[in-house]
Amino acid sequence: MQIFVCIKQVPDSGQIRVHPVTNTIMRQGVPTIINPYDLFGLEQALRLRDRFGGEVTVMTMGPPMAVDSLRKALTFGADRGVLLTDRVFAGSDTLATSYALSYLIRKAGETWGAPDIVFCGKQTIDGDTAQVGPGIARRLGLSQLTYVSGIDDMDLTDRQILVRRRGDHGVQVLRSRLPVMVTMMEGSNEIRRGTQADALRAARAEIVQWNAATVGISDTSLCGLRGSPTVVKKVFAPTARDEKAEMISTEGISPSGMAEALVDQIFSRQPGLRDDLFRQAAGH
Amino acid sequence: MNTKSSRPAGGGRASMKRELPERFRSYRHVWVFIEFEHGRIHPVSLELLGEGRKLADQLHVDLAAVIVGSGRAALHEVAATTFSYGADVAYIADDPVLADYRNEPYTRVITSLVETYQPEIMLLGATVLGRDLAGAVATTLKTGLTADCTELAIDGERSLAATRPTFGGSLLCTIHTLNYRPQMATVRPRVMAMPTAQERQSGRIVEFPVDLREEDMITKVLDFLPDTANEAAQLAFADIVVAGGLGLRTSENMQLVRDLAQVLGGDWGGSRPLVQKGWIPAERQIGQTGKTIRPRLYIAAGISGAIQHRVGVEGADLIVAINTDPQAPIFDFADIGITTDAITLLPTLTRVFRQRLAVNRMAG
Amino acid sequence: MTHEHFDAIVVGAGPSGNAAAYTMAQRGLKVLQIERGEYAGSKNVQGAILYSDALERIIPDFREEAPLERHVIEQRIWMMDDSGHTGMHHRSDDYNEQKPNRYTIIRAQFDKWFNRCVREIGVTVLCETTVTGLIADEHRRIIGVQTDRDGDGIFADVVVLAEGVNGLIGQRSGLRKELRPEDVALAVKEMHFLPQDVIDARFNLRGEEGVVIEAMGTVTDGMIGTAFLYTNRESISVGVGCLVSEFAKSGEATPHGILDRFKAHPSVRALLEGAEIKEYAAHLIPEGGYRAVPDLVGDGWIVVGDAGHFVNAVHREGSNLAMTTGRIAGETIANVLGSCLACTRDNLQAYVTQLQETFVMKDMKKYKNVPRMLEHGGHNIMDIYPRLLNRSAQTWFRVDGRDKKSKESEILRSARQARGLTGLLGDAFRLARAWR
Repeated sequence: MQIFVCIKQVPDSGQIRVHPVTNTIMRQGVPTIINPYDLFGLEQALRLRDRFGGEVTVMTMGPPMAVDSLRKALTFGADRGVLLTDRVFAGSDTLATSYALSYLIRKAGETWGAPDIVFCGKQTIDGDTAQVGPGIARRLGLSQLTYVSGIDDMDLTDRQILVRRRGDHGVQVLRSRLPVMVTMMEGSNEIRRGTQADALRAARAEIVQWNAATVGISDTSLCGLRGSPTVVKKVFAPTARDEKAEMISTEGISPSGMAEALVDQIFSRQPGLRDDLFRQAAGH
Repeated sequence: MNTKSSRPAGGGRASMKRELPERFRSYRHVWVFIEFEHGRIHPVSLELLGEGRKLADQLHVDLAAVIVGSGRAALHEVAATTFSYGADVAYIADDPVLADYRNEPYTRVITSLVETYQPEIMLLGATVLGRDLAGAVATTLKTGLTADCTELAIDGERSLAATRPTFGGSLLCTIHTLNYRPQMATVRPRVMAMPTAQERQSGRIVEFPVDLREEDMITKVLDFLPDTANEAAQLAFADIVVAGGLGLRTSENMQLVRDLAQVLGGDWGGSRPLVQKGWIPAERQIGQTGKTIRPRLYIAAGISGAIQHRVGVEGADLIVAINTDPQAPIFDFADIGITTDAITLLPTLTRVFRQRLAVNRMAG
Repeated sequence: MTHEHFDAIVVGAGPSGNAAAYTMAQRGLKVLQIERGEYAGSKNVQGAILYSDALERIIPDFREEAPLERHVIEQRIWMMDDSGHTGMHHRSDDYNEQKPNRYTIIRAQFDKWFNRCVREIGVTVLCETTVTGLIADEHRRIIGVQTDRDGDGIFADVVVLAEGVNGLIGQRSGLRKELRPEDVALAVKEMHFLPQDVIDARFNLRGEEGVVIEAMGTVTDGMIGTAFLYTNRESISVGVGCLVSEFAKSGEATPHGILDRFKAHPSVRALLEGAEIKEYAAHLIPEGGYRAVPDLVGDGWIVVGDAGHFVNAVHREGSNLAMTTGRIAGETIANVLGSCLACTRDNLQAYVTQLQETFVMKDMKKYKNVPRMLEHGGHNIMDIYPRLLNRSAQTWFRVDGRDKKSKESEILRSARQARGLTGLLGDAFRLARAWR
C-alpha cells in the first residue's frame, strides 16, 4: 500500500523569544523540529506498512532547509522524502497551503502510486490551526478522519478502514473507505527509534525536491500570499502579568503552617470560591 | 515592468486590501454554528451566541443559529434555546443522515446553507467537531478561517478582526479575511463569557431542506462510546483543577494530586512530560498540546511552567504554584507561589482543606 | 550481508570531528561520522570565538556561507574588584579587514553549517546515534564501533575520537584516562538577547563589528577562573568558567552563583540591561594543558580536539586547536591509507610529529606550567592582585591634593602589605617561568 505522511518543520516553540521592543519573533538560534503531532501519524504509517507492506513517503512544503526534517523522518524508517519548495509559496495561509500540498500529493501519487492513506498532523505547534489536513482531504476527495485514536482494522481488498475517533463527548467508531486522510491523536503511539540501517539509509538518501511547476501548478495566484484569503494585520505581545507570584514564606515554617497560610491566601483572594466550597461541604 | 501596479515590497499584507468583490457584497449577518450532539448543546455554542450578538449589533445585522441534526422536535427545542441566548434566526437542517456528526454530510449542508443565505461571518467552537468541520467548509468555500480566536471585533470597514495566540502563546496576532466571505473563525471553549439566557425570546425559524441519502455516505458511524461524567473530558470545565509535574518524582505521587482534587471536588491533570512518561493518560494533559482549562482555582504541584503549559492555564482565575525551584518560570505567572517540595506539602494541604471544609459541614 | 566498511569513522561532529571528516572526504576517503546530538551543534548552544586561520586552511572561502555573528575589532581585558575594573582595551580599525581574523559565532548554527559542508563533500553523517563501544580485533587493534541503534557493528580502518572532553568511548576503552578535576573547567554561559542597534550603541560598534571582554578577579571568589562577555549580532554571550577542582574545594560556590555575581557587577550590569536571558547548560573545558594531553594515537585510533585536551586556556583558544588537530589527523590518515599502509600506531605517529611542529603543541608547551602555577598561586592572581590594581588605580587617578610622589609610595606600600616582598617576587618569578 502507498502511505503518504505530511509533516512540517516548525521552530521549537519552547525556545521562541519575542523581541522586547519590536514584538517580532527572534528566530536567531531557535532550533527547528518536526511538528510533534506529525510523528503520531508517521509512526502509525510505519506500523501499517510493517503489517500490510508497501511504502511510506514523507512530504513537506517549506524552505530548502526543510530537507533536514525529511531526512530525520527517514531515520525513523520512512522510505522516501519529498520536498515541495518554491518562492511562490511564501506567506501561504492554511488555504493556500492545502492547495499546494494537494498538488504535491497528486504528483507523488502519479510518481509512486496513488495513496491509500494520507496522514497529516492533528495541528502544528506554530500555527495551531488544524486546518491543513481537512483542506487536503477536501481538495483530493479523501474521506476525512481527524482525531483518530486508533486504527482497529483495515482491509485492502474491499478498501475498508475501521477507526476510533476521539470526539468531544466520547469515542466514535467509524468505518470508512480508502483513500482517507487521517490525523492521529497525540499519545496514540510513540515514534520508534530507527535502526542503524534506517539511519545509514537516511543519511545517504536523496531527498526529492520539486517546485510549483514540477507538481503542475500553473496558476500561482492561488499560492502563497496572493492565494491566502487571511491577512495578518497586527502582531503584538500579550500583556504580561506585571507582578510575580505572591510568595508564601517557608523559612522555618512547618508544612502544616505553610498549608494553613496557603489556604488562607486562596480563600481571601477567592471568597466566592470559598463560600461555594463551604456550601457544598455543608450540603453533603 | 509596470511601476504603477507594483507595490513597494515592504507594504505589508494589510495593504493588500482591495474592494470587496461584487459577488460578496450581498453577504450579510452573523452566524453561529450550534454544536448539538447526543442531545446536548455544547456550551461553547452558547458562548459564541453571546459574542455573535455583540458583533451583529455592531454591524446592525441579524444573529443566526445554524442547527444541524436529526429530529424535528429536538432541533426546534435547540432553536428556542438559541433564541433565548440572543439569536434572531435559526436555520435548521433536519435529516436522519445528520443524526451523528460526520464530516461529509455536515460539510455539504453547511456549505450549501452558506451559499444560499450568504452570511458575512460564521463562528464555530474550536472543539474537535468544530475544527473538523470548519477546515472542510472553509476549503470548500475557498474562504479564510482563523482558528482558536481569543478576541473578536469589528473594525471600521465592517471587517472581522480575529485575534489569536501564535507561536505557543508568546505573541498575539490579529487576522482579517479581507476579500472573501464568509469570514470564518473558531473560538476555544471557555474563552468567551457565557451569556445569561433571557426568558421566552422568540425568533424566526428557517427549515432548510436537505437532500442526503445514507447509501451515498462513505463513512459510517458504527458505535459511540460516551465518556462517563467523571472522565477526563470534564477537565476543561472544572472549577478547581490540581495538576502535577515532574517535581512529583514518581508516578505514585500523582495520588497526592488526585487526593487534593477529590477533597476540593475538582478535577486533576498533569504536564506534558508526565504523559510522555506514562504517569497519566494523554487526555489528562494540561497545556498547549493538551487541555486548555479555565478553572476558578488552579494548583500546580511540581510543574516548572514552560510556555506550553502556561498557554493552557493562563485563563484560570487564581493560579497557585508549588515548586522547589524559586527560579521556575511558573512563578512568573502564578498568583500565589510557595517554594517547597510538593510531595510534602500536598498531603498537608489536603488535610488542611479537609479540616476547614469539615468544620463548615458541621456548622451547616 | 557483508558488513559495511568505511575508511574512517569519526565519533563526534564538533569542530575537530568536522575538520577531520571534511579533510578525509576531500581526499577521497569513505567516511562515516556519528554524532550523539539531534544534529551537529545541538549539544552546544553557546556562543564562541572562531579563529579564521584554522578554518581557512580547511574551507578557504568559509566567509561566504558560514553563519558568523560579528568580527572582533576590540579586545578588553579586565581585572575586577568588587566595585570596578582596571584593564586594557585594544581596538583597531585595522581589524575591519577584508578577511577578519576572529569572529564571534553561535555554536549551534556554526556547527550545523560546518557539518552540512561535511555532508555535502560526501561524508555519511548519522545523528542521534551514540557510539557505545569500540570493536577491537584479537591484536587489540580498533576495527570499528558499536552504536546504540539496532544493528551490527560498523567497521573502518581507523576511528577518529572527536567526542569532546568528557567523551566516554576513549575512557571506557582504556585509550584515555579519566578526567582529573584539576584539568577541566566547568563553564556556564548565557545568551542575552538585545536588539542589534542597542548592542551597537552600548559597545560603540558599527555594522558587523564586535567586542570581546575577558575578565578575572574577585567575581570568582578567589577561585581560579575567568569571566567573559562577547557580542553577537542580536545577543551577548556571557559566561564564567572555573576549574572543577576549585568548586570541589570551595564546596559552596556554584557556577551559576558566580555568573550571577558577574552579571550584577557594576561594570557589567548596564551592558546587559533589559536583555532577554536564555540560559544554557554548563559544559566542561579541558584546561589541563600540555601535561594533560593523553596518548593521541594507537592501532586503529586517533584522538583530536577537546578529547585530546587541546585547549590553550591562557589565550582562550579552543576551536582553532580543535580544527587544526582534526585537519592534521585527517591528512595523516589520508596519507597513510593513500600509501596503502595500515593505520597502526607507528604509521599514525606522523600526526603527533606534525602537531609538534605547529602552533598547537608549541603553544601548549609554552604554557605547560601555567596550570600548576595557578594551583599554587591562584588565589593571589584571582583576588589579591585585582584588588591591589584597582586600589592603586584609584589612588593614582583621584585628584585630592596629595602629591604624586607620596601616591607612588602608597601604592608600593599597599602592594607589599598585600603580598609581602617575597610573595610578590615569587609570583613574578612563577608567572615568568610559566609564561616562558
